Amino acid sequence: MRVIAHVAVNVFKESVRDKILYNLVVFAVLLISASYLIGELTAGQDVKIIKDLGLAAISMFGLLISVFIGIGLVWKEVEKRSIYTLLSKPMRRQEFLLGKYCGLVLTLIINVAVMTVAFYAVLAYMEVTSPVNIRASWPAPATDLAMLKAVALIMLELMLVTAIALFFSTFSSPFLSAMLTIAVWVIGHFNEDLRNYGATIASPVAASIARGVYYVVPNFAAFDVKLQVVHAQAVPLRHMALTSVYGITYVAFVLLGAVIIFSKRDFK
Amino acid sequence: MDAIRTEALTKHYKVGFWRPRPYLALDGLTLQVGQGEVFGFLGPNGAGKTTTLKLLMQLIYPTSGHAEILGKPVGDVGVKRRIGYLPEQPYFYDYLTAQELLEYFAALFGFAAAERRRRAAALLDEVGIGAERRLPLRKFSKGMLQRVGIAQAVINDPEIVFLDEPMSGLDPLGRREIRQLMLRLRDRGCTVFFSSHVLSDAETLCSRVAILANGRLVTAGRLSEMLAFQARGWELVVSGLTDAVLTQTQERGHVTRATRLADGRYALELPLTPPPEQTAAALIAQGAALVSLTPVRDTLEDFFVRQVSGATESRMPGPA
Repeated sequence: MRVIAHVAVNVFKESVRDKILYNLVVFAVLLISASYLIGELTAGQDVKIIKDLGLAAISMFGLLISVFIGIGLVWKEVEKRSIYTLLSKPMRRQEFLLGKYCGLVLTLIINVAVMTVAFYAVLAYMEVTSPVNIRASWPAPATDLAMLKAVALIMLELMLVTAIALFFSTFSSPFLSAMLTIAVWVIGHFNEDLRNYGATIASPVAASIARGVYYVVPNFAAFDVKLQVVHAQAVPLRHMALTSVYGITYVAFVLLGAVIIFSKRDFK
Repeated sequence: MDAIRTEALTKHYKVGFWRPRPYLALDGLTLQVGQGEVFGFLGPNGAGKTTTLKLLMQLIYPTSGHAEILGKPVGDVGVKRRIGYLPEQPYFYDYLTAQELLEYFAALFGFAAAERRRRAAALLDEVGIGAERRLPLRKFSKGMLQRVGIAQAVINDPEIVFLDEPMSGLDPLGRREIRQLMLRLRDRGCTVFFSSHVLSDAETLCSRVAILANGRLVTAGRLSEMLAFQARGWELVVSGLTDAVLTQTQERGHVTRATRLADGRYALELPLTPPPEQTAAALIAQGAALVSLTPVRDTLEDFFVRQVSGATESRMPGPA
């Protein structure tokens, strides 16, 4: 655990020094300018739009970081040969890989946390400055804490995307890893359609393939409760718990696959 | 117990995309290195030196054969605590400073924060990195990175240190400093296993050497005892030599060839007998001044050329 923690802290240090956290400034500017512009254009609906936009931005910024840093975590070490020195130190290959994963997850947690604080700050400002009659028309308060459920599932989704990016990067180039990770993410958001695909087509082969993909690709749609929280619909705790167990189990399996491939690899 | 032991260590790489063929990078290397030795692992580029070091660090896995370090299989985490490694042309995280990099590596060995700082500072002093230690490594020259690389290889006071071309990228002063550092490590009881393609590095440092060509061990032992490197004559450089004395010495058969150098100096090739000190004494007695006396022997490069020309044909085995 000690070795994993040291590797993870070093990954976080790298992301800070490579100015990855600058995306937070972009996020804050985007959100504040959007809230100003939307406030000018609409009346009453602006809070809902900002909630939509804010949660979508947290998800997209997180996705960009987890894919584009995740694919380089191992590749960069191998390509620049810094891994030679590192693996000669008293560590196992799996500790290196898990340290890299935990480091990026730490970076993502801090990113998502800061973005969430900025998001709530903008919403709190809107709540304070909106007239009482407008506030009364909102389905939920601007700073509704139920939105944290959506943020928590976004974070879990990002952890899964990071694990998938890391998995692909243990054996393929960054470009291919990025393409494959994004493909899995996109397919995963339409997973329900794949399950029902068999009922709509005649070919049993195509139906079997679709069903196979359905079982292999994670169901990312389960992590998306943005629409519910924005419209003040309840997100049952059971859904949160089951999705969390599903996500963590998936992460564990993907990381196990990454460790198995990485442990057998030659660093030429 | 040997510090390092390999038995029939072999590595094939697959080359080619569509029809991969095996490329024999290391062929049945059997080697023992005793504790406390400075062992030179010599060979031209492509001989298999780096492949062997990567196998010993378990960065690659052998196709067949076996390797042990300090009596344990390579890759054992307990053994990794007791060794250090400098890869060829090392690259480190360029966003860290030299001090931070060494502290990070020290942390991986489990040293406490104060001890990490102390070790990092002391080693950077030892390899001659001064105030630059506070700069990010991206601002370091190749030679400075090599020094940082050597410092990180000994951050844990290793019992064995593996150095892959440690003199690479260093200026003459740097090479001398690293030679001195290697001798200090030896004096502390550390086994030093280093690869090089420069014979003079091995001559000044090594108790024993192994010579590799085309992935095969050609010979191993003391460099001074290897027939290929026995002196086959001497080169004597003198000044103040008159033509008459030179002719007289040549007529006696004590000089096989004379070449006039700048500033009235001569380079004289002497046979093995009579002993060179006798000829030198005779010339000095007749007014010449001694400038230098060096043995003439095959260079490692000459040796490699002979070996390579004999072994190239067996390099690429057919499909298994």
